[in-house]
Amino acid sequence: MSEAALTQAGPQEGMDGLVDDWSSDKQTYHVPWGKAMMWIFLVSDTFIFTCFLTSYLHVRLTTTEPWPVQGAIFALSLFGSDPIPLILIALMTFILITSSGTMALAVNMGYRKDKEKAFWLICATAFFGLCFVGMQMFEWSKLIFDEGIRPWTNPFGAAQFGSIFFMITGFHGLHVSGGVIYLMWVALRVRRGYYDEKGYEIIEIVGLYWHFVDLVWVFIFAFFYLL
Amino acid sequence: MSSEAGQQHPLGIYYKIWILLFVLSGFSYAVDFYEVQGAMRWTLVLLFMTLKAGFITAIFMHVVWERMALVATILGPPIVLLLFISFMAIEGNYTENARFSYMGHDRDAIALTPEDLHGGGHGGEEHGEEAEH
Repeated sequence: MSEAALTQAGPQEGMDGLVDDWSSDKQTYHVPWGKAMMWIFLVSDTFIFTCFLTSYLHVRLTTTEPWPVQGAIFALSLFGSDPIPLILIALMTFILITSSGTMALAVNMGYRKDKEKAFWLICATAFFGLCFVGMQMFEWSKLIFDEGIRPWTNPFGAAQFGSIFFMITGFHGLHVSGGVIYLMWVALRVRRGYYDEKGYEIIEIVGLYWHFVDLVWVFIFAFFYLL
Repeated sequence: MSSEAGQQHPLGIYYKIWILLFVLSGFSYAVDFYEVQGAMRWTLVLLFMTLKAGFITAIFMHVVWERMALVATILGPPIVLLLFISFMAIEGNYTENARFSYMGHDRDAIALTPEDLHGGGHGGEEHGEEAEH
C-alpha cells in the first residue's frame, strides 16, 4: 500500500515534483480532498482580508485629516493604574497565540489517535477563542459607548478610522466565532469516535483554519494597531 | 515526509515555535511600549510580523513539509497581491500629495486623544508628537 502510494505521489520533490504532479491526467494534490479544499478556501479568504487591509492602506494614505493615535485610544487602566497603551490588544494577541499552540498539539495528538488528549486540546483552543471574542466585545463596547467612535465619525481625527476598525476587526471576530463553533463540532465528533475509520485529517483541516485566523490577526495587529 | 501518512512531526518543534511566537509578539509590543518611532518602528514591526507569519504558515500549517504543487498553489496567488498593494500605495501617495498641494488641506494637523477630550490630568502634550505617524 505505502509502496503504491509512493509511486502515485511521484518520487520527485521540489520543482521536479511540481512538474510531475501537474503533468498528465492524474491527481495533482496528494492530500485528502478536504485539506485541499480548506487550502483553496483559505487562499480566497486571504484575498478578502488583503482587500480589506489594502483599502485601509489606501484610505489612510489619502485621508488628509490626522489618523487617530491608536496607542492612546486602545489604552486601558489596569487596577487604577495610568492607562497602559495597547495592553488589551497585547493580551488578545497572546491568547490567540496560546490557542494556536494548543491547536497544533491537538493535530499531533489526533494523528497519534490519542482521542482524549485531542478532545481536550481542541476544547482548550475553543475556550481561548471564546476569551478572544469576549475581549473584543469589551473593546468594541468601550470604543462605542465611552469614546463615541462610530463607523462614520469619531471625536479624535479621520472619520474613516471607525469604518476601517469595525470592518476589519469585525470580520476577523466573525472568523474567530465561526472557528469556535467549527472546533466544538469537530471536538464532539472526535470524542464520539466518529473519525476512527475516516482518519484524523479533520483535526489538521480545522487546525489550518484556526492557524489562518491567528495569521490574519498577526497582520491586523501590526498594520492597524502598531503602525 | 509524505503527506499520505498525514503530517506527523515530533512535538518538540511545536513547543519551540510556540515559545518563539510569544517572544516575537512580546518584541512587537515592546516596540510600541518603548515608543520607537519613524523608520525604525516600521522596520521592526514589519520584521517581527513577517517572522511570525512565516513560522505560523511554515510550521503550524505544515507548509514547509508539503509537496511543491500545493505550496505553489498556496503561496503563488498572495505574491501577486503584493503587486496590487504596491500599486495602491503609489496611487494613494499621489492622491494625498494632490490634496495637500491643491486643495489646501492642513499638512500639520494633529489627532486628538481620549486624554485631550476627557481631561485625564496630564493634558495631551506627550501624545502630540506621536500623532505625526
